Amino acid sequence: MTTAFTPIPALIGGALIGLAAVLLMLFNGRVAGISGITGQLLKWPPAADWPWRLAFVAGLVAAPLAVVQRAPDMAELGFVAGLPVMALAGFLVGFGSSFGSGCTSGHGVCGIARLSKRSILATVVFMTAGLLTVFVVRHVIGAGD
Amino acid sequence: MGQVIMALLCGALFGGGLTVSGMINPAKIVSFLDIAGDWDPSLILVMAGAVGITAIGYRLTFGRAQPIFSDRFSLPTAADIDARLLTGAAIFGIGWGLGGYCPGPALAGLFQGAPETLTFLATMCVGLVAGRLATEATT
Repeated sequence: MTTAFTPIPALIGGALIGLAAVLLMLFNGRVAGISGITGQLLKWPPAADWPWRLAFVAGLVAAPLAVVQRAPDMAELGFVAGLPVMALAGFLVGFGSSFGSGCTSGHGVCGIARLSKRSILATVVFMTAGLLTVFVVRHVIGAGD
Repeated sequence: MGQVIMALLCGALFGGGLTVSGMINPAKIVSFLDIAGDWDPSLILVMAGAVGITAIGYRLTFGRAQPIFSDRFSLPTAADIDARLLTGAAIFGIGWGLGGYCPGPALAGLFQGAPETLTFLATMCVGLVAGRLATEATT
């Protein structure tokens, strides 16, 4: 499955993500790391500061629907894997981002923006792992076309 | 209350940004990671836009003594490169390449209700808990 290069929406969307990260730091003093915000909700008893975390997730879940209702072509959705692989992928993403203290947002956006050595290295590592994984799946095993 | 309303707004902006940028489509992520195939570099510009705005905004923000709705900035304190960081990032990257989802886009794509998305989110939550337990066991 191929997708088109969409530079302008990519930059605009990226800027919105950046704005969200800046406002969350300016007002709440918090890093906009999705795995961290979500992970702290998934324990018992929940983190004492669960209300803002839940509110963030609620906004994250609800806004895309509102956007797509006005711009239906933004709902484009394509998968490269079936359910068993998606189940494995979800576990690895959850485990890895929790064990490695961050994901694309916490390390890749917020961490790099404040020039954290750990986040820069983590981003290089997960990008490389992702590139190698797709290379093996698509060009060595030859699946997912 | 201010913190909760602000978090809701930031979550909405974040989710809106992911949607506008096309990142809620896993095929687009995998196309970015497929440099040997029909490469779609869009994700680089999403990162560039997000990191650029955040870097500038953080600089201005950190000039303040404290956040507007809180008495301090909560920033990660770890500074050392350790095995946990590298192992976690590598495992995360493999999952990202396999499924084309990371946590933000998977949550932002929940409204579409695809079985693939729901499955990914369910096991992601299990993984988040398992990763925390593994972290507690190794530190």
